[in-house]
Amino acid sequence: MSALQIEGLSKSFGGLRVTTDVSLAVQPGERRLIIGPNGAGKTTLFNLITGELRPDGGRIVLFGRDVTHVPARRRAHLGMARTYQIITLFPRDTILRNIILALLGLSPLRWNAFVDLGAQRDLAERASAALARIGLDHIADRPLAQTSYGERRRVEIAMALAQNPKVLLLDEPFAGLSVDERRDVQKLLLAIPREVTVVMIEHNMDVALDLADHITLLHFGKVIVQGTRAEVVADPRTREVYLGF
Amino acid sequence: MSVASPQRVGTAAAVLVLASLPVWVGNSYYVNIASQILLWAILALALNILVGYAGLTSLGHAGLFAMAGYTAAMLLGAGHNHLVSDVVAIVVTLATTAVFAVLALRATGIGFLMITLAIGQIQWGIAYRWVGLTNGDNGIVVSTRPAPLSISLAGAGAFYLATLIVFLTAVATMAVFARSPFGAALRGTRDQARRMTALGYNVWLIRFLAILFSGFWSGVAGLLFIYYNQFISPQVVSLTTSAEALLMVISGGSGTLMGPIVGAAIVVVMKNVASAYIERWNLVLGVIFILIISFMPEGLVPGSARLCRAAWRRLPWGQSPTIDDPAGSMRGGLTSRRMREHAP
Repeated sequence: MSALQIEGLSKSFGGLRVTTDVSLAVQPGERRLIIGPNGAGKTTLFNLITGELRPDGGRIVLFGRDVTHVPARRRAHLGMARTYQIITLFPRDTILRNIILALLGLSPLRWNAFVDLGAQRDLAERASAALARIGLDHIADRPLAQTSYGERRRVEIAMALAQNPKVLLLDEPFAGLSVDERRDVQKLLLAIPREVTVVMIEHNMDVALDLADHITLLHFGKVIVQGTRAEVVADPRTREVYLGF
Repeated sequence: MSVASPQRVGTAAAVLVLASLPVWVGNSYYVNIASQILLWAILALALNILVGYAGLTSLGHAGLFAMAGYTAAMLLGAGHNHLVSDVVAIVVTLATTAVFAVLALRATGIGFLMITLAIGQIQWGIAYRWVGLTNGDNGIVVSTRPAPLSISLAGAGAFYLATLIVFLTAVATMAVFARSPFGAALRGTRDQARRMTALGYNVWLIRFLAILFSGFWSGVAGLLFIYYNQFISPQVVSLTTSAEALLMVISGGSGTLMGPIVGAAIVVVMKNVASAYIERWNLVLGVIFILIISFMPEGLVPGSARLCRAAWRRLPWGQSPTIDDPAGSMRGGLTSRRMREHAP
């Protein structure tokens, strides 16, 4: 059984077909890289998978369960977590509070209006542990507004990982990072246990290729090449469409 | 805990001062002004749940406020007792709020504002034109105030104390709400609705429940209003009432507990006290709002706190040992403020 299976997925915005009959199957524990030039429909594909957009046709199956019509928020409860290309965090809160919000999202406690969130030791400890895993526990109480871009990127990944997802979708985790920051994020991604299936969009090939088992190449919303890292890199169509030589 | 302790002393002192107000103020005119401040503060606090914590600006809260007032006034007029009238009025207000929420939550931002404005105007239209139901422009007289536990609230002092108890209950529930996981989730939907959905939160339902909570306290304020004035007319449902409530929240500081209370005090004092001495009190109120928005765009309460902190740091003895570079930390403060303002 695939961790994530997509069958004949299509999506149009008006007359523009951004996703055309996309099919792919990601095995449990796999690291899948999705590449393609700007406008290839990579982020749209992510938005379809996570349920932020409704597909016009096709199916999305998560561990054998058809989630095509399951709302986005329920998909999080079914083990899907994502990060955004443009960092989407809570700027008024501390780093720790950002992680706590991620943990709270899957806890029934989120409906409780009568207890003090600050007094929930269990949540705070789990959030601290999640921060320790990415090496940011020393600045846990710093307001997010006072952190660097690279730190925020790691916080965003930590938020997704804190939810113990089965499938983690990373939208350009290296975008806008310095060389040092990239190394930090790469280390962090390499440390993700194999119980977590990772699907990643990335432009930055030198760091991303090392992380990938399989690669899917999208172009104008269609899957052009799909296969193991070596196959896709060696394929002449990849060079033509993406690598540009 | 070391911070909570002086806070608790301060809260206790404030409650004592408020509870003894009829004694040290004496003059029943001013005690009545205090009652008005408290009941409007409850409406402002209720609106603040939406404006401050949910990021949803409503211009239709006068409709919810007046729905409770009109329902109770009509039931009292039909001969029902206070308990029945008030409970039914709150239930009707909650039902109205639920419809209000379902309609308004089709949008956020300006769209939400416009839908709430439209609903408020419909309610104003009913109050004004459906004479058979609401007695139109003549309004409805509420002949008696309730006497809970056989204590008459006819006097200014007794009514003030009853209002104070309700007010303190409102403040306490909102303080608990703001610190609760649900309150944190609500603020999350204000800052990053998309992200909240991806994290597994039901953004629509969170907002819906917050509007119900806000509608409940708006209704309670509406009941206090009719008992205070012993009269309700379409003027209460007008856009002016909604706008004034919104001004209370924004001028005092939205998203804080004290802000709406201070805002309510400013508006009520200007309307009642200053208008006795200054003919163009509206102009003065306008100038005050412009000054607040110019120098403290975040509102009077958080703005004053910020200015006090900044002034304290400039003093030679004001540099706390944890801050080794006061100028740098002030720059940090500015940056974080800018981030807040530009946060989507």
